[in-house]
Amino acid sequence: MDNVKNFTKGLIKENPVFALLLGMCPTLGVTTSAENGLGMGLATTFVLVMANIVISAVKNGIPDKVRIPAFIIIIASFVTVVELTMQAYLPSLFASLGLFIPLIVVNCIVLGRAEAFASKNNVISSAIDGLGMGLGFSLALTLLGAVREFLGSGKVFGLQIYDTNYGMLVFVLAPGAFLVLGYLILVINRFKKA
Amino acid sequence: MNYIFIIITAIFVNNIVLNQFLGICPFLGVSKKISTAAGMAGAVTFVMVIATIVTYLIQKSVLDVLGIGFMQTITFILVIAALVQLVEIILKKVSPSLYQALGVFLPLITTNCAILGVAIMTIQKEYNLMEGVVFAMASAIGFGLALVIFAGLREHLDLMTVPKGMKGVPIALVVAGILAMAFMGFSGLV
Amino acid sequence: MESTFKNMVLALLIVTLVSSAILGFVYELTKQPIVDAQLKKKLEAINKVVPPYNNNPNDEMYTIEVEGGEAVEAYPAKMDNKLVGTAIKTYTNKGFSGFIQVMVGFVPNGTVYNYQVLDHKETPGLGSKMNDWFRPQEVVAETADVKFSIFDWLFGIKPGGDGDTKSIVNKTPGNKGFLVAKDGGEIDAITAATISSRAFLDAINRGYTALQKSSQVAIKQDSTLVSTQLQGGE
Repeated sequence: MDNVKNFTKGLIKENPVFALLLGMCPTLGVTTSAENGLGMGLATTFVLVMANIVISAVKNGIPDKVRIPAFIIIIASFVTVVELTMQAYLPSLFASLGLFIPLIVVNCIVLGRAEAFASKNNVISSAIDGLGMGLGFSLALTLLGAVREFLGSGKVFGLQIYDTNYGMLVFVLAPGAFLVLGYLILVINRFKKA
Repeated sequence: MNYIFIIITAIFVNNIVLNQFLGICPFLGVSKKISTAAGMAGAVTFVMVIATIVTYLIQKSVLDVLGIGFMQTITFILVIAALVQLVEIILKKVSPSLYQALGVFLPLITTNCAILGVAIMTIQKEYNLMEGVVFAMASAIGFGLALVIFAGLREHLDLMTVPKGMKGVPIALVVAGILAMAFMGFSGLV
Repeated sequence: MESTFKNMVLALLIVTLVSSAILGFVYELTKQPIVDAQLKKKLEAINKVVPPYNNNPNDEMYTIEVEGGEAVEAYPAKMDNKLVGTAIKTYTNKGFSGFIQVMVGFVPNGTVYNYQVLDHKETPGLGSKMNDWFRPQEVVAETADVKFSIFDWLFGIKPGGDGDTKSIVNKTPGNKGFLVAKDGGEIDAITAATISSRAFLDAINRGYTALQKSSQVAIKQDSTLVSTQLQGGE
């Protein structure tokens, strides 16, 4: 029962992007298309789940004072694993996400969950917490990417809905990221209260 | 000439916050007052330049030599984390007044992706050490500029009547979007 | 666990060692696939920019020095040992956001057969249009990722249709016309992205100049002697 709650809280109620406002850099930086958003979300999910599992498994063996450095090393290792794997098997996605893959290391969600949840709970609930948070993050990024892609270039997941030349370019560019996220949070807050 | 090009590009055209989306967390988090924004900007400048120099030297003299470029992420983040601690300790001893101004921001900097981002970009863009330093300095100034302008806007925003649902984060994001649009005007500069 | 000095050092050391070992292992595992993926991307680009061939251009790759001490890579494509085209991996640093890398194919008489942008950081939706902009419409239709548009269908709009004034295919670089219209040339720049367009043509021109230079050297090499002087003179 608790695990169900651990899973679902990350999706909406404690959604890392819309509710907690964590991990803003990749959220704004890579969401020029739904596909990029989803790719980034899943990469982060993998790191979150793996880091949560390992950290909750070794938490008793790590002295309190060096907790954070140890967590960072574990997280950075998984990030590098993602980086290398993506470069080998998904080179075009790797090219479009670019710098933001290594920057998963400093994504506040990952270290935040490690510190706030995994270092206090058992392996299974930590894994579920990571999965829920990761999927919530993916959901937010995909949604943001889809809206920007649709408004900016008339496509969703690369499928042309209307002619690209009628798209509002600004939504694919930097300012569009801020604007769309601002209005998405507004809409979500509205539904939350209702 | 090359340096001027790097400086203008990093501050205005490819502004690290408004165009590259690095360091958004402090940009949204500590931008409610101009004074705190300026403090944060100072701390970031300080750490960014030192971090870029140190990571550059490590990349060239350790990682490249041993052929373990894949350890870049893990090495850089550890170096930055250690460096922030070190700067904090040294600053406390050497200049208590500076420590008082910047101290509270230092722990926040480890997870500021702008620092790691600039360190990695310096390597990716194949700058030499001097260009790297100039690039880091200019990026930090760009960060500070965006942060202080944004803080100024938010101070005024507090006095405005904002629609209920827009209060807080949504309006801040929309303002940031408009600010980013203004910065796009610089893109013809180079 | 207690935070004694020994414990702390030991814990960090173990974590670091284990992480490094795992990373080293993953690195070895992915090393070959990464190289393969890069090669595949290159071969796909070569495939696209030159006429059908049956040799392996990658094995016959040679480099040509261009001004500024840099070099471009040339991949000769041959059909039954007869040269049908050369793919040149060329570049420019004049892009709106700096570096642009293009694979461009020339047929032996020096006209452009096709091109493929390999790497760029131009603005999405503006400069990034160069991926397809400089191709004639029928080539775009064959190669474009997206062919379907509800909007086009609803309103009966045919994509493009503004002739070949923006295409570089079948044109020869190196003459006056091979510039964007703003600079007095015959090629229409991407709307609102003249700098990117100019940079793109700069890359193509660099590739063309390099190819011309190398074929001159090759011709001179046939008539012996002269080539050594020419190369020595550079």
